[in-house]
Amino acid sequence: MNGAQDLGGMMGFGPVQPEPNEPVFHADWEKRALGMTLCASALGEWNLDISRHSRESLHPADYLSSSYYEIWIKGLIKLLAARGLVSAEELEAGRKLVAPRPTARSPLPPADVPAALARGGPTERPVAREPRFAVGDRVKTRNIHPTGHTRLPRYARGKLGIVERCQGGYVFPDSNAHQKGEDPQWVYSVVFAGTELWGEAADPLLTVAIDCWEPYLEPTA
Amino acid sequence: MQQHDDRHHDHEHEHAHEGSALPEIALRVKALESILTEKGYIDPAAIDAIVETYETKIGPRNGARVVAKAWRDPAYLDRLRTDATAAIAELGFTGRQGEHMVAVENTPDRHNLVVCTLCSCYPWSVLGLPPVWYKAAPYRSKAVIDPRGVLADFGITLPAGTEIRVWDSTAELRYLVIPLRPVGTAGWSEERLATLVTRDSMIGTGLALAAGGA
Repeated sequence: MNGAQDLGGMMGFGPVQPEPNEPVFHADWEKRALGMTLCASALGEWNLDISRHSRESLHPADYLSSSYYEIWIKGLIKLLAARGLVSAEELEAGRKLVAPRPTARSPLPPADVPAALARGGPTERPVAREPRFAVGDRVKTRNIHPTGHTRLPRYARGKLGIVERCQGGYVFPDSNAHQKGEDPQWVYSVVFAGTELWGEAADPLLTVAIDCWEPYLEPTA
Repeated sequence: MQQHDDRHHDHEHEHAHEGSALPEIALRVKALESILTEKGYIDPAAIDAIVETYETKIGPRNGARVVAKAWRDPAYLDRLRTDATAAIAELGFTGRQGEHMVAVENTPDRHNLVVCTLCSCYPWSVLGLPPVWYKAAPYRSKAVIDPRGVLADFGITLPAGTEIRVWDSTAELRYLVIPLRPVGTAGWSEERLATLVTRDSMIGTGLALAAGGA
């Protein structure tokens, strides 16, 4: 979706502000927000792409005025409500009002945390078809504007690039975010000249690589 | 997006409620954790364990070891080029947000910079949790259109004629920059070399420290 998350090339946010000796967390609630987000996702009620879509579906003004952990919490609250796990009334009351229901997976036990983090959530999958493109192929990204989740940024739509690597087959977010299955697709690192993306005034020594699932690409002569 | 959370402190009086000094978001997070716990959906001790992991066990020192080894050991660098995930796993660094790793090498002619314009994808297994600026709008918007401007924000100017390659982490591949090895470090041990490898040099918003400065 063309939401506020798709920031590449926007202007007016001011300079990047590095923070010397930045702490891992800036407040206790950030620690709880991180841990809670990971523990809630371990319940197996949604996948990574659904989480991302929940965050990017925040109102653009809300998204842009929130810190990243706030975005995570707002996205999590929406998912918990949509799945009937925690209602708005419960959040308002600050306590349980409805009995819990069984979840897809049982809660993450503290003793399993190291193993769960070390395992992660690999998304590489076999793809039955041969890759459509080869390294060195010239390709064009499709000019698509889906209302759902996609990982093709706006600044790179309808642009000519060159396939630099085939990275393997991966879960397709555009499908997986909407519970339409993993639908694994080949992923390619496609390189674009800065001038192709940003016009003649762009830095002539800039190239940008984007990882593109095969359905984002079409062949070009 | 907000770069810093100090606005919560600036405005905490406006947001405070029922006599609490905590900002609204902190109260909401607290309420959510208490409901999730009461309903048996989470164990707060699991949150503690996750936090402890990223505060004490997983951070940029992991990535620095990878870089230092790649600088010293050409066979390791080769393995890193062929299968970075496996090469990094040799050092024991695996897992969440590092499942599929790619190493990109700076050369005298080309500088690499990593960003995630769409969210905050970052190689947790080797760098830990991302800094606030990495997740905030100024970096995410500017890195792909004006990377030299971003470097200037970090006080870095590349030699004229240096190409810049930006990697926008749009899929599940996570990128680790191998910065240029500083001059004057011949014969250094991996451990000593690792002290020159900053977090920012592995994102591409910095360079490795000069040998004299370590």
